[in-house]
Amino acid sequence: MKFLHLVWMSLSRRRIRTTFTLLCIFIAFLLFGIVMAVRTAFTLGVDIAGLDRLVLINKVTLILPLPISYAQRIQQTPGVETVTHQTWFNGAYQQPTNVLTTLVVEPAPFLSIYPEFKLSAAEVEAWLADRQGAVVGKDLAERYGWKIGDRIPLSSSIWEPKEPWEFNVAGIYDGEKSVDKTQFLFRYDYFDENRNETLKGNVGWYIVKIADKSKALELSRTFDEMFANSGAETKTTTEKGFVESFAKQVGDIGSITVAIASTVLFMFGLVAASTMVQSVRERTSELAVLKTLGFSDTRILLLVLSESLFMTLLGGGLGLAAAWLVVQRGDPTGGLLPIFMLPRSNMAVGVGLMVLMGLVAGALPAMEAMRLRITDALRKA
Amino acid sequence: MNWLKQTIAVMSVNLRTIPSRLGSSAVAIIGIAGVVVVFVSVLSIAAGFAAAMTGSGSHDRALMLRTGADTELTSAIEGPLVRIIKEAPGIRKEGDVASASAELYVIVDLPKKATPDSPANVPMRGIEPLGLKVRDEISLIEGRPLRFGTNEVIVGKGAQNQFAGLNVGDTVVSGQNRWVVVGVFAANGGLAETEIWCDVQTLQSVYRRVNSFNSVLMNLQTPDSFEQLRDWIESNPQTKNVTVRRESEYYARQGETMARLINTLGFGVATLMAIGAVFGAILTMYTAVASRSREIATLRALGFNTLSVVVSVLIESLVLGAIGGTIGAIGAYLAFDGFQTSTMNFQSFSQVAFAFRVTPQLFATGLAYALAIGLLGGLLPAIRAARLPISRALREL
Repeated sequence: MKFLHLVWMSLSRRRIRTTFTLLCIFIAFLLFGIVMAVRTAFTLGVDIAGLDRLVLINKVTLILPLPISYAQRIQQTPGVETVTHQTWFNGAYQQPTNVLTTLVVEPAPFLSIYPEFKLSAAEVEAWLADRQGAVVGKDLAERYGWKIGDRIPLSSSIWEPKEPWEFNVAGIYDGEKSVDKTQFLFRYDYFDENRNETLKGNVGWYIVKIADKSKALELSRTFDEMFANSGAETKTTTEKGFVESFAKQVGDIGSITVAIASTVLFMFGLVAASTMVQSVRERTSELAVLKTLGFSDTRILLLVLSESLFMTLLGGGLGLAAAWLVVQRGDPTGGLLPIFMLPRSNMAVGVGLMVLMGLVAGALPAMEAMRLRITDALRKA
Repeated sequence: MNWLKQTIAVMSVNLRTIPSRLGSSAVAIIGIAGVVVVFVSVLSIAAGFAAAMTGSGSHDRALMLRTGADTELTSAIEGPLVRIIKEAPGIRKEGDVASASAELYVIVDLPKKATPDSPANVPMRGIEPLGLKVRDEISLIEGRPLRFGTNEVIVGKGAQNQFAGLNVGDTVVSGQNRWVVVGVFAANGGLAETEIWCDVQTLQSVYRRVNSFNSVLMNLQTPDSFEQLRDWIESNPQTKNVTVRRESEYYARQGETMARLINTLGFGVATLMAIGAVFGAILTMYTAVASRSREIATLRALGFNTLSVVVSVLIESLVLGAIGGTIGAIGAYLAFDGFQTSTMNFQSFSQVAFAFRVTPQLFATGLAYALAIGLLGGLLPAIRAARLPISRALREL
């Protein structure tokens, strides 16, 4: 610790250079944090989706419905805990183009399958009591200033003939950061009674909670065989597989973001490395003096390395902290990324990368400084 | 003139000594090149996506959807209404009949070549016999046109490229349905190239949507006939539930969400990177000035003009920016131009195949960016070089 002062003095030797190097590293880790948050926005759904929840969709495509009569047959299958269904409502608020994530659900089984949607007991009760009751995410409620008891009209271009559909906000759900809090959920009974006669009795897809997740594959096959050769054949996957295939459809966001992050870190790592090389070269004679005073080779090596580590950790730490602050402000695209957060694991990776960058940038000059021969170095000066 | 001569003299000394400062110059060049690569390649995604969208819509075609629906998928128009719509004025005629096609648009699950184990939403469009004629940009590049009244399909070349099992002669299995691929078509790089086309009546019976369509696409007599057509549709009580728009406007809207996402993120990342690169350039130029402070002081002691020193430092920095920018832009062009990919368009809920596009404009923007970074990076060090007291600089080192 007593050499910290020495490290500080060498860094403040050329203040401008140190400042701009720190700024470069700051920007590098600010970018790293933001890019990782974007990556998380696209892939997080996959991480939290359950392996003990199966999704049954129409084999032809998700947009074709399944009959509601399937629920009973699924429920009777051994190994099934709870069955429920959902339907895409395509509800638009205020303008026809402002489409919200609106799902038609059955309140009780929905809440038992998705305990991560947090509602108070009073809110649950209110939802179960009111056919027109709807439950909305906290972020969505904040965006439009909705409160419990508000009456919300939505229009749907798919579901006729009702126009507009009206709902009472029965509850506002909260949850962990990783839960999408922009959804609008309302009851199937209200939905089915008000939609076009010819479409009644259908649902969008089924969600099945199973008792043992190791039986997922077996049960998937059972369901698909059960409904084979019927009017609406099914395709069953785990919820995780379902969300994953969705994320894959958007494209390989994962590798694009990793490519950007590595380019950025490589570029600015290079800047840090070149600064360290110069700074050591300039101080050849000083280092020789230290050696003359009895500093061992190892100590010189550590001195230079700690200088470079100090820089990457200070600049990078501030950068990552700034990224965290930016991410706290929420989705920068205005509603396109419902989940925008910087997971702790990514922060840890960031700190690891700072250490790595500091070591790599300092390695060459540190070795050079260590190998310095006093006589040569003093003569050069 | 003297001033110019001095500047050139100082500059040539500067530039000739770059090799001796190769390390720090290379850092600046690589930094700027990296910024330009990321900037140009991210925006080439946006450019390619936008090109696919704008290439899809024609100014002289009109598209009718149900009022309130902003995509074909969520629209519905029943058969009797289609007959009324086709009588509207302003629509071009093919002999006696309107040059129009009532269509059904669905999505089917097909494996993507890049991720064979997970399905993707591929758009499938049932068209009427005139549907091929209405879109004059369509050209068959392989096989033959589909025969109406059968289960034959033709596929867009983007779809053939991105999804498995869509070559001529292949059978596409979707649920209990079988479709036979008989041809491949090109559509000017537009969205249609990601679609599979079949007979609308066959599709209606397969999807149990008898005499129901999603949209009607029609040729206008002239681009100006649009107003006439719209007025008729709006004033006729029978068509009160239909909205008509130009096809070009429809597709421009379709891509908005995705384009906004790519642009916000792309510009955000590129701007931050550019700020970082400016810092990197400042660092490099400070080093350059510092290592030559004695030479610069000597020149000034000899009577060289201060301004010529400033200009020469700036020019050096600009040269570094130009080299970095060129390397970056060429790198992005070689690596990404024409790169085929597909993504899901949030609005239509289906796949769009498109190619990255490093347009000349983008190339120029990237280069301009690099020069701006060079200029900003050189400014502070240049001023410092000019203000350094001669006596102190000569004593340094």
